[in-house]
Amino acid sequence: MSSSSNSGEFRIKGAGRHTPARTARFTFDGKSYTALEGDTVASALLAHGVHLLGRSFKYHRPRGILTSGPEEPNALLDVSRDAARRQPNVRATVQEVFDGAKIASQNRWPSLKYDIGAFNDMLSPFFAAGFYYKTFMWPREAWHKLYEPIIRRAAGLGEAPKEADPDHYASRYVHCDVLIAGAGVAGLTAALSAAATGKKVILVDEQPEVGGALHFDSSTVIDGQNGFDWAQAMAAKLKAMPNVTVLTRTTVFGYYNHGFLALVERVTDHVALPGRDLPRERLWQVRAKKVVLATGSIERHMVFANNDRPGIMLASAARSFLNHHGVAVGRNVGVYTAHDSAYEAAFDLKRAGVSIAAIVDSRSHPGDGVLAEARALGIDVLTGHAVTDTSGRLRINSITVTRNGGANARKIKVDALLISAGWTPSVHLFSQSRGKLRFDEANQRFLPDIYAQNCISVGACNGTDDLADLIDEAIAAGGGAAVVSGENRFEWTGGMIGAAEGAGPEDAVKAFVDFQHDVTAKDIRLAVREGMHSIEHIKRFTTNGMASDQGKLSNMHGLAIASEMLDRPIPQVGLTTFRAPYTPVTYGTLIAHSRGDLFDPARKTPMHAPEAAEGAEFEDVGNWKRAWYFPKRGEDMHAAVNRECRTVREVGGVFDASTLGKIEVVGPDAAKFLNLLYTNTWDTLKPGKSRYGIMTREDGFIYDDGVVGRLAEDRFHVTTTTGGAPRVLQHMEDYLQTEFPHLNVWLTSTTEQWAVIAVQGPKAREIIAPFIDGLDISNEAFPHMSVAECTIMGVPGRLFRMSFTGELGFEVNVPADFGAAVWKAIWERAQSMGACLYGTETMHVLRAEKGYIIVGQDTDGTVTPDDSGYGWAVSKKKTDFVGIRGLKRPDLVREGRKQLVGLFTKDPKDVLEEGAQIVADPNQPKPMTMLGHVTSSYWSETLGRSIAIALVAGGRAKMGSTLYVPMADRTISVEVTDMVFFDKEGGRING
Amino acid sequence: MADFAMPQRVLPMTGFHGGSSVVRLEPAAPAGRISLRAKAEDVSALSGSLGVDLPTRPKTSASANGRTALWLGPDEWLVIDESESGLMTAAANSGVLHSATDVSHRNTAILISGPGAEAAINTGCPQDLSLSVFPVGACSRTLFGKVEVVLMRTGEEAFRMEVWRSFSDYAFGLLSEGAKDAAL
Amino acid sequence: MLLIHCPYCEEDRSELEFRWAGEAHIARPENIAAISDEEFAEFFFLRNNEKGLTYERWRHIHGCGRFFNAARDTVSDRFLMTYKAGLPKQPIPVASKAAAIAEEKTVETWEATEGDAR
Repeated sequence: MSSSSNSGEFRIKGAGRHTPARTARFTFDGKSYTALEGDTVASALLAHGVHLLGRSFKYHRPRGILTSGPEEPNALLDVSRDAARRQPNVRATVQEVFDGAKIASQNRWPSLKYDIGAFNDMLSPFFAAGFYYKTFMWPREAWHKLYEPIIRRAAGLGEAPKEADPDHYASRYVHCDVLIAGAGVAGLTAALSAAATGKKVILVDEQPEVGGALHFDSSTVIDGQNGFDWAQAMAAKLKAMPNVTVLTRTTVFGYYNHGFLALVERVTDHVALPGRDLPRERLWQVRAKKVVLATGSIERHMVFANNDRPGIMLASAARSFLNHHGVAVGRNVGVYTAHDSAYEAAFDLKRAGVSIAAIVDSRSHPGDGVLAEARALGIDVLTGHAVTDTSGRLRINSITVTRNGGANARKIKVDALLISAGWTPSVHLFSQSRGKLRFDEANQRFLPDIYAQNCISVGACNGTDDLADLIDEAIAAGGGAAVVSGENRFEWTGGMIGAAEGAGPEDAVKAFVDFQHDVTAKDIRLAVREGMHSIEHIKRFTTNGMASDQGKLSNMHGLAIASEMLDRPIPQVGLTTFRAPYTPVTYGTLIAHSRGDLFDPARKTPMHAPEAAEGAEFEDVGNWKRAWYFPKRGEDMHAAVNRECRTVREVGGVFDASTLGKIEVVGPDAAKFLNLLYTNTWDTLKPGKSRYGIMTREDGFIYDDGVVGRLAEDRFHVTTTTGGAPRVLQHMEDYLQTEFPHLNVWLTSTTEQWAVIAVQGPKAREIIAPFIDGLDISNEAFPHMSVAECTIMGVPGRLFRMSFTGELGFEVNVPADFGAAVWKAIWERAQSMGACLYGTETMHVLRAEKGYIIVGQDTDGTVTPDDSGYGWAVSKKKTDFVGIRGLKRPDLVREGRKQLVGLFTKDPKDVLEEGAQIVADPNQPKPMTMLGHVTSSYWSETLGRSIAIALVAGGRAKMGSTLYVPMADRTISVEVTDMVFFDKEGGRING
Repeated sequence: MADFAMPQRVLPMTGFHGGSSVVRLEPAAPAGRISLRAKAEDVSALSGSLGVDLPTRPKTSASANGRTALWLGPDEWLVIDESESGLMTAAANSGVLHSATDVSHRNTAILISGPGAEAAINTGCPQDLSLSVFPVGACSRTLFGKVEVVLMRTGEEAFRMEVWRSFSDYAFGLLSEGAKDAAL
Repeated sequence: MLLIHCPYCEEDRSELEFRWAGEAHIARPENIAAISDEEFAEFFFLRNNEKGLTYERWRHIHGCGRFFNAARDTVSDRFLMTYKAGLPKQPIPVASKAAAIAEEKTVETWEATEGDAR
């Protein structure tokens, strides 16, 4: 480690709270610097006299450090550990220095000092508010080719990393009685008060250590102790209590409904070599019974000509750099203020040996206390004066001072200028909680008024400035007894909002309101002149407050300037709504664990591993991984599927049908209930038999389908489509609970109870026979659509005789934990007999050859049972079922509805594209009248030609006619056919 | 019938282990389970034949004779039998109106224990799991990340998480992340 | 994220465990097969989608699984009450109604923020 002597020539001996011996090295734009542990990037660079940190967004003006906190609009940097761990737009005032940090400036080329983009500053008369809206309106064609690409290249601040994020992020739900946002005097006091009552308390602060304003305010004494030291002692006391959690480096970024708050804890961004187990950030999702907002206030800048040069910063920021970091922000510092608090900065610097060029106060009568102290310290105070200009290209070197209303200006040399227009209460979280603000006319600020949640604001964010009052307020908010006493040395008075002297409507100067978006007072006035009268419109026209700092400094100034132009009081102009997040939040935190394997559950069937071992390729069906096809060496998908199709039809195949939804319907009214939920009739179905059922919604359209087996008078085994399982159960529960609650029946999902092995093909019976015990499975005893409970390889199972291939078929159901073993045994025997494994692709082809529909592929929510050729499944006798009335609607019974039919391409080798449109006349002018579209299309190995299913208007009446499928490069002629392409008589299933 | 050896039950999380210095994660032993549905007037008869009192207060469970009954809804219980058998028959013997469905293999379970158990589960579970709100014996169907689970507190620092088998990989994976984070 | 009181679990639970299920107290006609097209449209397609106090159905889908009814103010998102399925539309307690009306005033609405700019 290097010695402390080179941690910066602006480091003041004896000032600050960092240990001189504890250093860290970092680079800024390639140059190496030494910092002290605890430094922010801002304080570390200021210690070396570096003020120029970046270029502004629009005009590329040189910019420095304006603040010392999260409200920073200017000093946005690119911070990295390595190529993948790089983050743009990091606030230099928040990022703590760590050993080895690589930091770079942004928005400049070729270098920070010589930036070509600064040309924009000279063209600035053309870049006024609304420039983009107005300039690129015409010619219209130029937008896509010319304007948009150029604007896009110039837009955006910083460069996003291209590598995947190697860090991980944690998340935690937590409940508490009291959440306190902000650990300054008010927050700590409220926490002590609440904690003493035994309540579960969470105290949150965004800084590395508690203290809030005590970081810079060196004059406050609490319980007879220096304020900052008191704060650390109280934090230690709170941390030792079992009912208290203290989270530092943690930001409450969102305050949502019903006491729900989102917090981000930055765990490793300040650490040189973070442990691999540590998450970079942790998302806390808190449900709090009560919220205490102790979020303090933010100092405002003065709005005057050229107020944005490096070296110009908030007075409180200069105090933080001095009192906390031990860094002087200059050697000859000026102050421009409208508030007493800025004097404190001058006093602290003066006592630390820094020369104070002058305090320029826009007010004629500052507080007596500060005037007396300035006099005692020998500091010049110019009351009733304004700073009307500044100079210095890359850093301020002088200010121009003019008496208010006077003409004679004089220049004063400075190397830094501290500014303060007063303090804006941080009501962001209060506003997010949907609380309503009121305007405090006397002090020109918005304060909490009507609360929408169980929440209370205390301290500076509530407009309570006096320390003794603040402490009383915080104790009351915590609900406990008095624990703290303290007093202020000064009364803080004054403050202004809006443009200062010399930046009025007649002055053609750049007086910045919003630094990050380069919005000036002139821009706000222009917006009003262009007809924007609502602050919401002014904001969008000028982009004031729309940068990543969300207008923490600029909103009040913008509002005051608009109010003046409109000649309407501020409350009538309105305040834009504060929204979450309070400060930018990484995607990593919002996503937390939902990435990689935990992005979404990957559902695997009990046979997944042995299927993978047999070389299965899998496809995603919802969250399920389903075996898609089983290629042999050298086979592509097409060859594998053709072989599987052939083998199933000629010998047999084994298929994993476990993912099909299953619902057990149990109770004496089970058949009655199914009668109401399906279009078919169920009370006539005998135990031991099954039936294909169609479920419609109340509107008459197909919702789901599946085979339903009756195991006993009061027990049905219902199957649903794979994707439909959860919604079908929800649909059934809805009707059962709310429309038919008188029925004695209950529903249970059994999808995952059963592993389902479908064995299909001429040899299916022979394959499974040796495994079945206690059941005669001959065609006579166990014909097509039979179901029975039996013993399968010694385990209790259910056997269905059913087919989705058109072949003789069985579906073997065994309890899932036995699935892999039974599958292996069946497959071993099947293989020895020449059968194959087949996947979902082959299943699709085989079922299409038989004209069996797939709900959701061949139907789309506008298809009735009759449209799909399944009109026979709708009972004519029933007096009620879900959909009975919908099916009679005029549009559902009219002639010419789209119906499912088969299509043969004229060239049997042509395989249509699913989704392709169908027309009657391919030569008609565009837009053509479309008759329908292809829903399923495959190469049928069995038929040696392509087959397709399509929805065609009046399709069944068009049998044998020729239609056309226009494609991009050609038109394909098709013939309308029956939907059953293979074994029309259906003899094979009865084998 | 050919002579086949009856297969062994293979749990979906066979061989899984994990956790951290403050959380132990392990798959639960195989168990018998039924989803039991019945009306209030038939609860006592079912309790009698099952040998465990079906709880009637929300979020509570009861254990007796190797069986645990978890209240899931006003007419719904999950009954778990460590011995893997007899639940369907016992329910049927009650002679009262009910629905019992075997879900022994639908669910699988993860046992979570240790001082960090609560925090590990709160990685993905939005419920308040503090002892005063979720005491020993408390149980609830809820969410864990993106999957539905049934959570039961079996001890001050011990939970059982019942989850559908195909979601168990995900649940175990997210618990492992939570266990690691709870140890920090 | 809302906090919803389940009348069956007798506890407040996170919105994550629930699923919204449309307007409440719309009974399926017992003679549904016989109703007119207009009556069917009224029953199945048409909803009031009122701003402010609404009666709606929720399901504690990842909890006890029960459907229930709720009275919610759609402006403030305050739940005035929840009650079991099957009960008739419940009157809103006076205190809760007053609180909801007071709360509505704190809520940003289009009328309040942008309405004057028309």
